[in-house]
Amino acid sequence: MKNGVGVAQNIVLFGGTSEIGIAILKKLVKPGVARVVLVSRNIDTAEVASDGLASQFPEVDFHHIRFDASDASSMENVVAAVSEEIGDIDVAVIAQGLLNEGNDYYANPSGLVEMANVNFTGTMALMYSLASRLKAQGYGKIVLLSSVAGERVRKGNPAYGATKAGIDGFALALDHELVGSGASVLVVRPGFVTTKMTLGMKKAPFSTDAESVAVAVERGIAADKKVVWVPGLLRWLFLILKNVPLPIWRRLPL
Amino acid sequence: MSRERLSGWGRTAWTVADLVRSTDPNTIRSTIATSGERGVIARGLGRSYGAAAQNAGGHVIELTSEHDPMGADAVLDPVSGLLDVASSVSIDSILRLCVPRGWFIPVTPGTRFVTIGGAIASDVHGKNHHFDGSFGQHVRSLTLMLASGEVVELSPQSHPEWFWATVGGMGLTGIILRATVAMLPIQSSRVRVETERLANFDAVCDAMSSDGEDSAYRYSVCWVDLLATGSSMGRGVLTRGDHAAPTDVKGDDPLAYDPRLKVSAPGWVPNGLLNKFTIKAFNEAWFRKAPAKRHVGIESIPAFFHPLDGVNKWNRLYGPQGFLQYQFIVPLDRTDVLRRVIENFSEAGVASFLAVLKRMGPQNLAPLSFPTEGWTLTLDMAAGISGLPELLSRVDGMVLDAGGRHYLAKDSHVAPSAVRRGYPRFDEWMTTRDEMDPHGVWRSDLARRLGLVHPGRVS
Repeated sequence: MKNGVGVAQNIVLFGGTSEIGIAILKKLVKPGVARVVLVSRNIDTAEVASDGLASQFPEVDFHHIRFDASDASSMENVVAAVSEEIGDIDVAVIAQGLLNEGNDYYANPSGLVEMANVNFTGTMALMYSLASRLKAQGYGKIVLLSSVAGERVRKGNPAYGATKAGIDGFALALDHELVGSGASVLVVRPGFVTTKMTLGMKKAPFSTDAESVAVAVERGIAADKKVVWVPGLLRWLFLILKNVPLPIWRRLPL
Repeated sequence: MSRERLSGWGRTAWTVADLVRSTDPNTIRSTIATSGERGVIARGLGRSYGAAAQNAGGHVIELTSEHDPMGADAVLDPVSGLLDVASSVSIDSILRLCVPRGWFIPVTPGTRFVTIGGAIASDVHGKNHHFDGSFGQHVRSLTLMLASGEVVELSPQSHPEWFWATVGGMGLTGIILRATVAMLPIQSSRVRVETERLANFDAVCDAMSSDGEDSAYRYSVCWVDLLATGSSMGRGVLTRGDHAAPTDVKGDDPLAYDPRLKVSAPGWVPNGLLNKFTIKAFNEAWFRKAPAKRHVGIESIPAFFHPLDGVNKWNRLYGPQGFLQYQFIVPLDRTDVLRRVIENFSEAGVASFLAVLKRMGPQNLAPLSFPTEGWTLTLDMAAGISGLPELLSRVDGMVLDAGGRHYLAKDSHVAPSAVRRGYPRFDEWMTTRDEMDPHGVWRSDLARRLGLVHPGRVS
């Protein structure tokens, strides 16, 4: 159960090795948290990622579950396994994602299948599985790491942007469907986040870091927001960018 | 039945459940029969602060007089003073019925808008705990519907274990349907109150100590200013009294009783209206308003016992973020812990609108009953204060290390271990609970968070 001071007793992170995901956990884990599950492809890496947290909060039980984020058909079982492990899910953070920057999809179109499965199909299946569980619980929060890349898909990595556009739209509408159930979704739209996933890439304007995303998520959950932008200014920037006529949009140095 | 969003009086941690509003045993029985693994819990007027009367994803049965075809179903025996009352009836209704006939409720919490079912399940206490004990001690018998649908009659003589497990049992042993309560005879509807200003915390503790004159007063409680610093840290206004004699009352009818609501809190209040500065100003005024020298006055029942009930829906004053009440007890010789707790809240800038200190009398036979001999301090605070989880966890540790405990009817944050440490007879209660509800039908959000029931329903 979430307690009266907003602390979630049971937290699960999908994408247990994600830098942003771990940064969010660091904000959410505080006195009152009882159990944390890291769901990841590689348990060893996830264990290393959560080690610091585990030593800082000895009273919290840390659990690890393996999953293949690209396998949509397994998500029901994954969520069942999480429930089996910790009971009710108070907050579920979905941080898995592939960027596949630099892939030449012209030469290798099938290369995008895995990314689409992880970022879109697998995540949708996961969110449906979670939503079904949270509805039965009568409460609970799903936090989806989306991206401003989905706000207006641009050249450079259109496939990635399209998966984010898709999952973002899905998440907002799913939250709408969940009204009255006690369950809800928080969509997080960070700009360019400097992490290992973006290492070596050219920084975009208004870039941010995992810590800032985590702070925004913590506040977003506390205030029961539907969407948070990181940094907040991007909300207004994209309000403009989304409505820029195509000929001008194409000339923008983005 | 409808799907509804519920919270406690503190308006935090909302969850959704199937709500059934009925006092009809057959409806209750069929609701239990159709409930799934998320179980069932009873709810009254929703005055417990935390998550005691809500049940995420399960069923909640609301028993209030409003949904009872019999209305406020209570019968007073004018000779013995025994009140046979449905669990759905509020103390408010009981006072309206009984005060004009010369009988008072033996124990009342700070609000009269609690049902008898809730008063028993929380084993509520009042300003007379050191004198009269808590609510359960005045219950002669109760009728309980078990998870099986069977209805049993429990009394301290016939089924002491089941009776005392239900008193303070937070609704987790069954649904209370009726009770017989021994009322207190009174000769007037007024209270003779002595008010005294105390300059600092030492003076407060001295005035209320068990070896002093405090034990001679039936009612005794002290409002404490937690924002005062330096030499006036913990200054307070002590009020003590007893029911007044008919000769103290002006007017024809000494038992006349008129509990009207004065005002309503506005429908929407921003977060942070009650903050350090507004509360500091209030505290100063409240302290100054009290007479500097000991003063004797005659007060009405609502003014003395239920001052907050004068403001309808006062719980909205904290804004949409909600608030929590922190009530704990420490042994009599641990005033040092009280002081450290107050300092911790004060240093963190946590302002409390209502801080109340009381010396409690001995514990009753109920394993989960909160009151036990010692000092109880109650404070309320906005739920959204940053750093609150860490602060409360630190303070919880001080309370538990001193051999203290927390009040479950008000709790909205303690860890499961706090109940096991604070209530030494917890395991015994759990064994009785399991015996009364072998399949784990009764469950609430509070029970889930604190592990007062086994995680999965046993089939």
